[in-house]
Amino acid sequence: MKHLTLTTALVAAMALPAAAQDLRIALQSDADVLDPDQSRTFVGRIVYASLCDKLVDITPDLQIIPQLATEWTVAEDGMSIDMTVREGVVFHDGTTFDAAAVAANIERSQTLDESRRKSELSSIASVDVTGDYTLTLNLIAPDATVMAQLADRAGMMMSPTAAEAAGVDFGLNPVCSGPFSFGERVAQDKIVLNRFADYWNADAINFDSVTFLPIPDTTVRLANLQSGDIDMLERLAPTDLAQANADDSITVVSAVSLGYQGITFNVGNGEKSETPWGQDKRLRQAFSYAMDRDAINQVVFEGAYAPGNQPYPNVSPWYDDEFPIEARDVEKAKALLAEAGYPDGIDLTVQVPNTTIPLQLMQVVQSMAAEAGIRIEIVSKEFATLLADQSAGDYQASQIGWSGRVDPDGNIHQFVTTNGGINDSGFSNPDVDAALNAARKVPDTDARKVEYDKARAILIDEAPLVYLYHQSWITAFDSRIEGFTAYPDGMIRLEGVTLSE
Amino acid sequence: MLSFFLRRLLIAIPTIFLISIFVFGLQKLLPGDPLLVLAGEERDPAVLEFLREKYRLNDPIPVQYMTWAGNALRGDLGISLRTNQPVTELIAQKLPVTLQLAMMSLIFAVVIGVPAGILSAYRKGTMVDWVANVVALSGLSIPNFWLGIMLILLVSVKWQLLPASGYVPPGEDLWLSIKTMLMPAFVLGTALAATLMRHTRSAMLGVLTSDYVRTARAKGLSERKVVLKHAFRNALTPIVTMTALLFGELVAGAVLTEQIFTIPGFGKLVVDAVFNRDYAVVQGIVLVTAVGFIVMNLLADMAYVLLNPRLREA
Repeated sequence: MKHLTLTTALVAAMALPAAAQDLRIALQSDADVLDPDQSRTFVGRIVYASLCDKLVDITPDLQIIPQLATEWTVAEDGMSIDMTVREGVVFHDGTTFDAAAVAANIERSQTLDESRRKSELSSIASVDVTGDYTLTLNLIAPDATVMAQLADRAGMMMSPTAAEAAGVDFGLNPVCSGPFSFGERVAQDKIVLNRFADYWNADAINFDSVTFLPIPDTTVRLANLQSGDIDMLERLAPTDLAQANADDSITVVSAVSLGYQGITFNVGNGEKSETPWGQDKRLRQAFSYAMDRDAINQVVFEGAYAPGNQPYPNVSPWYDDEFPIEARDVEKAKALLAEAGYPDGIDLTVQVPNTTIPLQLMQVVQSMAAEAGIRIEIVSKEFATLLADQSAGDYQASQIGWSGRVDPDGNIHQFVTTNGGINDSGFSNPDVDAALNAARKVPDTDARKVEYDKARAILIDEAPLVYLYHQSWITAFDSRIEGFTAYPDGMIRLEGVTLSE
Repeated sequence: MLSFFLRRLLIAIPTIFLISIFVFGLQKLLPGDPLLVLAGEERDPAVLEFLREKYRLNDPIPVQYMTWAGNALRGDLGISLRTNQPVTELIAQKLPVTLQLAMMSLIFAVVIGVPAGILSAYRKGTMVDWVANVVALSGLSIPNFWLGIMLILLVSVKWQLLPASGYVPPGEDLWLSIKTMLMPAFVLGTALAATLMRHTRSAMLGVLTSDYVRTARAKGLSERKVVLKHAFRNALTPIVTMTALLFGELVAGAVLTEQIFTIPGFGKLVVDAVFNRDYAVVQGIVLVTAVGFIVMNLLADMAYVLLNPRLREA
């Protein structure tokens, strides 16, 4: 009997990591609709990281690696991509994943009326299913960004059976092929995912369920982690960093994001661009020289973020080293103002979202600019209003950011090319258009970099957007969690992550 | 008597109708385009146009209202622009949460506020009165979010006695559900207790100096009986009104408290909905809240009648 108990105990001890475990993750806000084709929020993507596998994934240094697609080759002329997909994968409803499923998914992303993915996949003309597990993506024109698009929502695979049956309501009960399947959702309360036993990489998954809890208040998020009510939280506020670091039972990791924050000037979007700020680049240069980017990072973000002067952070392979972040130069800023005809200074109106961080940022920016003679008036607006005014050109300068994309194209092309979809600045320059369009087409990374650098030289001089900093994704979790890696896309990937009891 | 309530009910119908028109109009007056947020960061023009058509935002505003009202009469409150969930389902999810929070808060408010009010009126001008007033004033002045965070840090992080935040349905685990809601109910309850204490005090002060109380004392009744039975019962009417109104307010949602304690109730839902211009959700909640207020007022009226026999003849 004693032996038996001992053996049982030993077996139990060995099996311990497999004990029923729920991982509780606090999110900053509630996700929107859980349909990868309709979804638009950052927190939604965090949920998908556990729910929906993608064709390809990224490494922390932005290399594209296989996930459901195991191999791909771009044709010589860049007009097509041959792809092989993984065998032995099933969706949560038992439907088999194959090349036909990929074709159905791409078709849905391109044709569903509600789809927000259309522009991301606009270069794919058609999909040829060439075998059970092989297919060819035919492109309208060579496009170096396609694979990076497939590393995010546009590449997430939904069960074609479920998608067909549910139509636009797919998000109420999403069926994908990720490590966890959809359990239940109570709006603003929780999203529960359960372990998917037939996951192709099930051995790497060590939790029986994951519960996502939206907890908007940053202090309360941390308090929940400290009290043990949750195991992990995303986006720790820099102001809470010291407290989290001081707590031995909490581990903090961070990665500089792919996005940026800065000031967009109206240089050609309607009547409001016809001001000295919109017409004279020297003023915008002066503004940039007046900024102490390092001090902004220290004062507003406790040094936890990364100062920036380009759309990509300086750790990115796409950063142009020719134009490093310059030290603040108030004299130069004053000289530029004088040269432009404003030796006594000039007024500038900046619109800013009416939330804490942007307001704090702008107050620091305001005092720095004042020392160079730029008198900033801050107009704070609620976000939906700010966006509408910005899009309509009803602004002089706007404090707004971008969440970031894996491919550099997504962080620059649409903002500064003449017909760019979100070129709210109204910037237009044929050389920039040519360089950025060329960078889309050449498949070779080095050749692309040359084109981006060409555009950068002009953009630094013209300064339609003055970049200030890059947010970092700061993730905090219970120190008993091991194997977690922070990624520049801010996603929480649970493969290989364990929580010891 | 019955006709009185029927009349009240009939008045309620145009009231709800007017409220819904008013709120609908106000929402449309808000600047900003909800679809710019909803269409995603890229703001694809084709998507924008499609969504405008789908949610009929191109229709004239009166037509939009009529469409909404027509569906609402058939019990269809539309779907959320943000999550695609039916509004009726959202309300069904949130209403029990909000009701539970409201009830627990009200218990705190009544248990603290009413006795404190009676005591401070009875001991008017003494140290007891003074202390009760200072406490009440603090209850009113301390911001909910501050008290909430302090409680979380102390009770949950330091002492680890109660869950820091969140919500557990009572059907799932009753004890845990009550434990989770204890702190938020206390935070809300203390603020309301202050209001209730002040009202109880002034009502009691009015009654305690009246002739029948003097007579009751002259009869040789115990102080306890004089205060609780003769004085308090007559002071109850304004207290009941106040309690009913407070409950109505609680049902409308306690935004800050819900935010701090991450309680998925009405307050959080409606604030998010306003910021996202999620018209259908805002309309739906306003409708439910308005009905809630009217019902509470009716209940208060009925309570008067029970408490005050003289009204029964009227």
